[in-house]
Amino acid sequence: MAPVRGDGMRGLAVFISDIRNCKSKEAEVKRINKELANIRSKFKGDKTLDGYQKKKYVCKLLFIFLLGHDIDFGHMEAVNLLSSNKYSEKQIGYLFISVLVNTNSDLIRLIIQSIKNDLQSRNPVHVNLALQCIANIGSRDMAESFSNEIPKLLVSGDTMDVVKQSAALCLLRLFRSSPEIIPGGEWTSRIIHLLNDQHMGVVTAATSLIDALVKRNPEEYKGCVNLAVSRLSRIVTASYTDLQDYTYYFVPAPWLSVKLLRLLQNYNPVTEEPGVRARLNETLETILNKAQEPPKSKKVQHSNAKNAVLFEAINLIIHSDSEPTLLVRACNQLGQFLSNRETNLRYLALESMCHLATSEFSHEEVKKHQEVVILSMKMEKDVSVRQMAVDLLYAMCDRSNAEEIVQEMLNYLETADYSIREEMVLKVAILAEKYATDFTWYVDVILNLIRIAGDYVSEEVWYRVIQIVINREEVQGYAAKTVFEALQAPACHENMVKVGGYILGEFGNLIAGDSRSAPLVQFKLLHSKYHLCSPMTRALLLSTYIKFINLFPEIRTNIQEVFRQDSNLRSADAELQQRASEYLQLSIVASTDVLATVLEEMPSFPERESSILAVLKKKKPGRVPENEIRESKSPAPNTIQNNALTNHKVNSNANTDLLGLSTPPSNNVLNNSTNSGTLIDVLGDIYGSTNNNTAVYNSKKFLFKNNGVLFENEMLQIGVKSEFRQNLGRLGLFYGNKTQIPLTNFVPALQWESDNALKLNVQMKPVEPTLEAGAQIQQLLTAECIEDYADAPTIEVNFRYNGAQQKFNIKLPLTINKFFEPTEMNADSFFARWKNLSGDQQRAQKVFKAQQPLDLPGARNKLTGFGMQLLDNVDPNPDNMVCAGIIHTQTQQVGCLLRLEPNKQAQMFRLTIRASKESVTREICELLTDQF
Amino acid sequence: MMLFMLLFSRQGKLRLQKWYMAYPDKVKKKITRELVTTILARKPKMCSFLEWKDCKIVYKRYASLYFCCAIEQNDNELLTLEIIHRYVELLDKYFGSVCELDIIFNFEKAYFILDELLIGGEIQETSKKNVLKAIASQDLLQEVSTTEIKKNSFIVCNKLLLIMFYNRMKSWNMHAIANSP
Repeated sequence: MAPVRGDGMRGLAVFISDIRNCKSKEAEVKRINKELANIRSKFKGDKTLDGYQKKKYVCKLLFIFLLGHDIDFGHMEAVNLLSSNKYSEKQIGYLFISVLVNTNSDLIRLIIQSIKNDLQSRNPVHVNLALQCIANIGSRDMAESFSNEIPKLLVSGDTMDVVKQSAALCLLRLFRSSPEIIPGGEWTSRIIHLLNDQHMGVVTAATSLIDALVKRNPEEYKGCVNLAVSRLSRIVTASYTDLQDYTYYFVPAPWLSVKLLRLLQNYNPVTEEPGVRARLNETLETILNKAQEPPKSKKVQHSNAKNAVLFEAINLIIHSDSEPTLLVRACNQLGQFLSNRETNLRYLALESMCHLATSEFSHEEVKKHQEVVILSMKMEKDVSVRQMAVDLLYAMCDRSNAEEIVQEMLNYLETADYSIREEMVLKVAILAEKYATDFTWYVDVILNLIRIAGDYVSEEVWYRVIQIVINREEVQGYAAKTVFEALQAPACHENMVKVGGYILGEFGNLIAGDSRSAPLVQFKLLHSKYHLCSPMTRALLLSTYIKFINLFPEIRTNIQEVFRQDSNLRSADAELQQRASEYLQLSIVASTDVLATVLEEMPSFPERESSILAVLKKKKPGRVPENEIRESKSPAPNTIQNNALTNHKVNSNANTDLLGLSTPPSNNVLNNSTNSGTLIDVLGDIYGSTNNNTAVYNSKKFLFKNNGVLFENEMLQIGVKSEFRQNLGRLGLFYGNKTQIPLTNFVPALQWESDNALKLNVQMKPVEPTLEAGAQIQQLLTAECIEDYADAPTIEVNFRYNGAQQKFNIKLPLTINKFFEPTEMNADSFFARWKNLSGDQQRAQKVFKAQQPLDLPGARNKLTGFGMQLLDNVDPNPDNMVCAGIIHTQTQQVGCLLRLEPNKQAQMFRLTIRASKESVTREICELLTDQF
Repeated sequence: MMLFMLLFSRQGKLRLQKWYMAYPDKVKKKITRELVTTILARKPKMCSFLEWKDCKIVYKRYASLYFCCAIEQNDNELLTLEIIHRYVELLDKYFGSVCELDIIFNFEKAYFILDELLIGGEIQETSKKNVLKAIASQDLLQEVSTTEIKKNSFIVCNKLLLIMFYNRMKSWNMHAIANSP
C-alpha cells in the first residue's frame, strides 16, 4: 500500500488497535472509559498541552463518538485547535466541530470568529475548510454572520474556482435554513451567468444553488433557462474527450447534465421561445439517440452514468408532457429496459413508466408492454421490483385492459408477498369498481379478493361491495347466488360471512326458488359459520336471520329457536343479547305488515367517492401512482396521434362518470362550504329576489375562494368546486334539485362571447336533461387561459319546473385571478420590481370606502384567497398589505404586484396594482375595488 | 440533495456517518439501526434502491463494506450509485487499494475526502483529478508544518516503521476477514 500522507498519530492508531482487539463489548467499554478518564485528566491538568496532543485527544474523542458513545467534553479544546497555525490541527478541530457541535452551542460565537479569520486567508485550502464547516453546521447564526461574505465570494472576479465551488454549495446550505440570505437585484444575473463559467466544477456547484433559488422564485431566475439549455446541448454533443476529467467513464459530465435537466423541470412550459424549445428538443433527442448506440465500455459505471442522464431526460419529457414523439420514444426506450439484465434498470424503467402511463400521449404506448410488466410482477426476485410492477399495472389500467390486469393481479395475489398484499387488495378493488361495465364481474372480483386474501381485505372494501349491490338492482340476484356458492366452501373467511350474511338477508329471496338454495338451506349454511365468528359478525348474522323471517315466514320457528338459545338470549355480549331478545319479540309480536315495513330492503346508499381510494392514499401519502390520465398541456395534439387519442379520451371520460370515483364527493362539498364560508357568505347576494329570473347572479365572494355554493333558491342549489394549475382550471358544478318533482329540459348553457373565448377557452360537458327530485348531478368544465381577459363567463340555466319555464344566469367563478401563482420575494426585490413597473400603463390605483367595520385580518385572508402571495415584512408600514403573483396564460406570464393601504381614520382603502401588462393591471384593480 | 451517507461493515458495524440534515442524535441512531438491518437482510442480486420513509435509499457493497445513501424523492438514483463509486475510487487512489481497515484507522482522512466531494449533500467536484489535487494540497500543508518544526530524519524513520507495522497488521487482517464466514 502507498504510505498515508500527512503525519500519523501513533497514539490514535494504538488506541484503535486496542479497541479492535477487545474480545467483548464489556472489554471495549472498559477500554473506552479508561481512555475517556485519561483524556479528561489531560484536558483538566495544569500542564498546557501542545497542539499535537490536543489534536490526538480530540481525534480519539471523535473515534469514541463514532463508535456510538456520547461525548460531553472536549469542545473547548477543539475550538482552540481552530486557531492553530498548523493545518492538520486546524483541520481536526473543524472536523470535531462539524460532527459534534450542535447549532445552539455556546461556543458558536468563538467558532464563527475562527471561521471569519480563515475566510480571510489567502490560502484557498483554508478558505475551503471554513466554508465546509459553515455548510456542515449550516445554522441561522452562520447565515447571519456570513450573509455578506459568501454571496460576494461567489460572484467576485478574483475568487479561485475551487473556492467558488464550495461557496456556491455553502450558500445553498445556508439558503435552505435562511432564505433571506440571498441578495436580489444585480446579483441575480451574475449568479445565473455562472452557468456559462469556464470551469465545469463551478457550473456543477452553481447549478445546484440555482435550482434551489428557482424553486423559490421562478420568475426572477427565468434567465437561467436559455443558458441551461445551451450548456446542456453543448455537453450532450461533446465527444467524451472534450471534457477531459469531467467525462466519467466515457459519459460527458453526467452530474452536470442531470442537474441541468432537473433545473429545467422547474418550469412548465420550459420555455416559450421557439428557438430555445427547438434546441432543447434536439438535445433530448440526442440523449435518446445515444441510448441506442453500442456502449463504449462494458463497465457498469458507464451504463449507470449514461442511463442516469437518460432517465433524467425522460423525466423532463414527462414533466413537459407536450411532445408526443418524445414521449413515445421515451416509452420505447423504457420498454427495452424492462427486460434488461440489470435489476436496477428494470426497477427504474417500471417507475418511470408509471408516469408515462398517466400522459395521454403515451398511455397507449405503455399498454403495449403489459405482458412484460405482468411477467415482472410474477417473476422478479426482488419484492421492491415486483411492487413497482404492480404500481405500473395499476397506472396503465383502463377500460380496455381492466379485466385482464385485474385477473392477473388476482392470480398473483395468491402468492404475493405479505408486505404488499394489503395495498394490492385496495388497488384491485379500486380498478374493479372504476372500470366495471358489468357489475357481475365486479362482484366476482371482490368475492375472489376475499377468498384469496381475506385477511387483507379492509372494512372499506367489503362495505363498498355491499353499497354497490344495494344500489344496482341488476346485480342483486347474481350477488346472492355467488355469495351462496362461496359460503359453501368448507373454510371461508369471516369477511365472506359478513358479505354473504348481509347480501342473503337482503336478497336471499331472489335465489330461494331453486331447491338447492331453499330458505332453510340458506339459513343452515349461514348458521353453520355462526360459532366460528367474532361477536361483530354474529350480530350481523342475527340481523340477517330476522330479515329471513320477513322474507321466508316458513322458517320462522327454526330462527326463533336460534334467538332463544342461551348463548344468544343470555349472551355475555350485550350487543348480541339485545339483538337476540329484541328480534325474538319482534318475530313473535309483530304482524306481517309491521315486519314487512320494519325489515324492508335497505334504501340506496348515496353515490359518493369511493372510500377505498382514500385508504390507499393514506397508506402511501403522495406516492400512490395515479390511475388517471392528465389533461394534455399542449393545445393542439399532434395529428398522427389523433386516432388513439380520441379513442382514449372517450374511455377516460366515460370512466370518470362511473360511481363518481374520481370526482369530488358532491354532498360533502356543499355541506362543507356552507359551513366554512359563513363569514363571507353573509356578504353574498345569493338570496337576491328569485322573481327576477333573468338577473345575473354574480357573487364576488368567489374572487377569494374556489369552492362553495354558487347559487341557491327554493328550487335549485348550485355548488361549485374548482381547482387551478398554471393556466388550466377544472370546475365541477353540482346541481341539486331541492323540490319534490323532477326538473325537466334541464340545460345549462355557456355564455361567453367568441372573442373572449379566444382568450379563455371553456369546455363544458353535457348533462342529463332531467334532474330528479332531490337528486344532484354534476357537470365538469375545463378552462384554459390563452391570454388575459376581463370579466368572467356566465352560464344560463334553463329548465321546466311544474310546467313553468325557469331561467337563471349565473356568473362562473372564473375570473383572471384564478390563474395566479403566488410568488415569494423579499423587500429588496419587491421594491426593485415595483420601481420597474412605473409606466402609466403598468399602474392602476383606486381609493374606496372600506366595508364597516374596517377589518384588516379579513382583508389579509381575502388577499391570500385571491391567489397572490401576501408578503410580510416588506412594506415599512405593518398595516399595509403587499402581494406578488404571476398570472399564467398560455401565451405569456404576467407578473403582478399589489399594495393595499388602509386609512383607519377615513375608513378608506387605497389600492395600487402594478403589472407588466396594461389590461391585467386594469382588470385586477377592477376586480378588487370595493371588496375590502 | 443527499440526506446522509453511512458506511458499515458486513457485521453491521458503523464505519463512517455523514449527516447533511440536522437530526437529533437519538434519531440518527435509530435510522442507522433500521437501515443496517434492512440492507444486510437483502440478497446480492436485489435492486440497489429502496423506498424508505419519505426518501429513497441507494446502497452498494464494496468488499466487506456497505455504502448507503439516503436521497430525496426527486434525486437521481443511478447517479447516486456513481457518487458512491467515485468516493470509493478516491479512497482507493488515496490509500492505494483501500480496505475497511484504512477507513477505520484513518477515519479523519475519509471525512476530509468526502468533504471535498460533497458539500451540504450536493456534489461539489466530480473530477477525480481535482479532488485528489485538493487533498494533496492539504497534505502538503501538513508536511510543511511538520517538517518545519521537526527537522529530524529520525521522525521520518520512525514513520516508516509505523507504516510497515501498519501494513503487516493490515494484510493480516485482510486475511482474517477473507477467511471469516
